[in-house]
Amino acid sequence: MKFIKFLLVGVVFGIVLVKSEAVSWYRIYEMFRFESFHMYGIIGSAVATGVLLMLLTKKFKFKNIEGGFMRVPDKEKGLVRYIVGGTLFGLGWALSGACPGPMYVLVGTGVFSILILIFAAILGTYVYGVLKDRLPH
Amino acid sequence: MDYILQPWPWYVAGPMMAIIMFTLVYFGKTFGMSSNLRTLCTIAGAGKKTKFFDFDWKAQRWNLTVVLGAVIGGFIAHFLLSVPTDIDLNPVTVESLSQYGFENIGKSLLPAELYSWDAVLSLKGLSILIIGGFLVGFGTRYAGGCTSGHAITGLSNLQLPSLIAVIGFFLGGLIMIHLVFPLIFG
Repeated sequence: MKFIKFLLVGVVFGIVLVKSEAVSWYRIYEMFRFESFHMYGIIGSAVATGVLLMLLTKKFKFKNIEGGFMRVPDKEKGLVRYIVGGTLFGLGWALSGACPGPMYVLVGTGVFSILILIFAAILGTYVYGVLKDRLPH
Repeated sequence: MDYILQPWPWYVAGPMMAIIMFTLVYFGKTFGMSSNLRTLCTIAGAGKKTKFFDFDWKAQRWNLTVVLGAVIGGFIAHFLLSVPTDIDLNPVTVESLSQYGFENIGKSLLPAELYSWDAVLSLKGLSILIIGGFLVGFGTRYAGGCTSGHAITGLSNLQLPSLIAVIGFFLGGLIMIHLVFPLIFG
């Protein structure tokens, strides 16, 4: 039963992504051509709200459900992995129009050809895991 | 009810994404969808040979549950909470796609030119999905996160690595749309 809350978070996530059209290949294409504010509005207002919520969390020391302080682990320092990995991700995102959240949401909308994309993404993650120690980070 | 059935504006969707991120932090977790790809590798047995996948995947069951919810949410939103609506794209965007030979632009979430079975069963269509998916899966793990982990969670926490990653996302996206698309579709 403890998983019900995570299921509900996922359901809301899926609904928001479909209803805002953020799962649409067309919206991603339009965004990278700077021809609409829509996606920038979504990401920008998400980050603005998120910054505000996290500042309040730190200031008032909100507790999480387990009784500890609410916090997000810091990302490791680095440059190469973020810029190179990020660029490779961006190439795939723009080509397929789907990132690792929307690809599952799209299964729910009945586009089963997206399963090929998910399989390829799992394969890509696997190849990264195999090559990890040989790549600059 | 009509407000729900119509597409939702950015100023509703964006803050809701932040609340989803915040809710997961409240539950003692972190918002990051791409981690599930690694978990799926481990479930498939990749941990036997590769150290990166040798971890207790059961600790990630909560995140796989979010994935299951996302599939259900996609179903609910698409089949129960929507009326047929064209995506309100910029006419300049539509024109550029029709020059690439795309048809029925914005009539569905995904273009038939990429995702219909006809397209997928052609060498070009299959290559696009496999290369696109591979780059997403490889790149996101190399960069240590995707749109949810870096763009929303990381930037909300003022993480410099996430800003660098997001700059990378856009660098890659701009190269693809402006330099590679003319070669693929032109």
